[in-house]
Amino acid sequence: MSTDVSRRELLACVVGGCVAASTTGCTDFLHTEFGRKNFRDMTKEEIAEVVKDLEKDLSAKYGKPVTVGAEEPIPGVDFGYALDISRCIGCRRCVYACVKENNQSRDPQLHWIRVLEMDKERGIDFDDANPYYDAETVPRPGHFYLPVACQQCRDAPCVKTCPTGATWQEKDGIVLIDQDWCIGCRCCMAACPYGARHFNWTEPTIPAEEMNPKTHVLGNRPRPRGVVEKCTFCVQRVRNGRYPACVEICPVGARKFGDMRDPKSEIRYILENKRVFVLKSELNTRPRFYYFYGL
Amino acid sequence: MEMLREIRRFVAHSLRAVTRGSPRYWAWVGLLGAMIVVGVLAYVHQMSRGLITTGMRDQVSWAFYIGNFTFLVGVAAAAVLLVVPAYVYHWKPIKEVAVLGELLAISAIVMCMLLVLVDVGRPERTWHLMPFIGRLNVPSSLLGWDVLVLNLYLALNLVIVTYLVFTLFRRKKVANAFFVPMVLFSIPAALGIHTVTAFLYNGLAGRPFWNASILAPRFIASAFCSGPAVLLVLMQILRKTTKFEIQDAAIWKVAELMAYAMFLNLFLLGAEVFKEYYSNTEHVVHMRYMFTGLKGHTAIVPWMWLSVFCSITAFVLFLVPGTRRHPVTLNLGCLLIFSAVYIEKGMGLVIPGMTPDTLGEIYEYWPTWTELGVTLGVFGLGGLVFTFLVKATIPILLGEHGHPAGAGA
Repeated sequence: MSTDVSRRELLACVVGGCVAASTTGCTDFLHTEFGRKNFRDMTKEEIAEVVKDLEKDLSAKYGKPVTVGAEEPIPGVDFGYALDISRCIGCRRCVYACVKENNQSRDPQLHWIRVLEMDKERGIDFDDANPYYDAETVPRPGHFYLPVACQQCRDAPCVKTCPTGATWQEKDGIVLIDQDWCIGCRCCMAACPYGARHFNWTEPTIPAEEMNPKTHVLGNRPRPRGVVEKCTFCVQRVRNGRYPACVEICPVGARKFGDMRDPKSEIRYILENKRVFVLKSELNTRPRFYYFYGL
Repeated sequence: MEMLREIRRFVAHSLRAVTRGSPRYWAWVGLLGAMIVVGVLAYVHQMSRGLITTGMRDQVSWAFYIGNFTFLVGVAAAAVLLVVPAYVYHWKPIKEVAVLGELLAISAIVMCMLLVLVDVGRPERTWHLMPFIGRLNVPSSLLGWDVLVLNLYLALNLVIVTYLVFTLFRRKKVANAFFVPMVLFSIPAALGIHTVTAFLYNGLAGRPFWNASILAPRFIASAFCSGPAVLLVLMQILRKTTKFEIQDAAIWKVAELMAYAMFLNLFLLGAEVFKEYYSNTEHVVHMRYMFTGLKGHTAIVPWMWLSVFCSITAFVLFLVPGTRRHPVTLNLGCLLIFSAVYIEKGMGLVIPGMTPDTLGEIYEYWPTWTELGVTLGVFGLGGLVFTFLVKATIPILLGEHGHPAGAGA
């Protein structure tokens, strides 16, 4: 492993030297985004350095103190999510709370959550779903609403298909992306059965005053152009004992989140006492994101 | 020392060959050069604003570039159709031209790699794909495998061609014990690149249009049509413009093999059409988008019917010995086959596979001028590589390269 890493560093220097024709030398080069290693190959010290670099850069860019956390999974925690379809009214407040919390691009707009309006008589039929309904007039008679974001699959097709190992599942079940390692090939988007992954087709923009300065290195820190992003269960919040932003904002309490191994958690209660289902179960992706009818 | 001198001579010969030619040759090179210029300008535009300059969006996240990539992997695999009769069945008329297939393969792989490069969002990070240095995610990622097999196939063809041409350049005897095994290995390698590329789509369970086990066989069948179509036209040009003797028998044999491949291609397509429409599950939407349009979205429909029409016509032209052997219908057939497979693989595979998207949304994709420009540039560059390779190789194959050993022999 250590020879592997040193070889990689060596190349990073060689390539970087050629490409950037840098006069600043190798140590400086490793502090650039281009020279950064895959997050999973970094030591704790290297992560600390990256975090420091990022905090400096982001604070300068947005003109306010930005913190970049690197919280690891809490041992023994297995996150799960459940959404009550009978309560959801399709107001899209979760969509916009998510945009704010997770620093999604405002122009062009990028949303991690997609709420689908569906016909009650047809049931869950994606080919008849409408994502562009008017949220001012919800709920419309004869319709129900199905919010879809990353399903945090236990057997995630996106992770399997990524050619550079830029996305993986953490011990607490969250599938994350190393935005500094992603090459933007979009294999994961082709693989995802839930349309959960989104690409930065151009430079994302976030007004400095709206930028959320409390970030996580593998989560909501602003992404560059040309990489893929998606829901992280608000990794910057949930690893600090908080709820995801969408859970907090939901005005009807349709969204439930917690540690599935904690016998006293709400998510455990739902799994044990309600009848839950997952989307596209035939694909065997085994989502950690459940849907249920609470009423 | 002797070897070094030979290599220098070989390089000098090659440079001379590509820098000297008739006005027609220069007009052709000029055309390819202009295509490259267009491509570079379009790519600069794409780099300045990002992939938003393409028609792709989250709903259709792979499109024209990846479609062209897929098509060209098929073209690259075409060498097999010459290698098998030449080296497995020792059919002499084709053996003499088999190297052309390998030259085409090299050029096509170069184009394939460029098309992937222009499609990714962070081209400067593609070193992450390198084994050991980056973090190539094999065995799990099929794109990872594709990177490996495409490079292997490129290297293999480069070695085969360089060895053969350099040996002939020195007027030495080809060491069959070294050469033939490599050529034979290129057969499974060619099938491999196309199979792996098919698996890249095939393995995605969330995309029912691709998740059909018939996909890889269909890729192979269509590949045996498109690549040879290029080669047949080339063979005819070469025997007109050089002293290269390519027998009619060779051309007719390749055309006959293409007819069988096209039959297989059409049969497999028919099998898919039957399964989708008769069972009429929710998966039929993609094929309906392709052939009749969905909810008023019909941009791709005329193209798909054109592809079917071209396929069937070309199949008939190549099946009937009379039309297969007549130069007019032969070349018309080549054009039709090339167009048919180009539409089918270039647009018909990727776009309907992503339309409607996984959540049922129909985003009607159409390539932008940027995408067309960049792709034109890639074809220009590939065409230039191919032209140079052929231009430098032909005199050597003909023994006209004025090597001193030859003068004495």
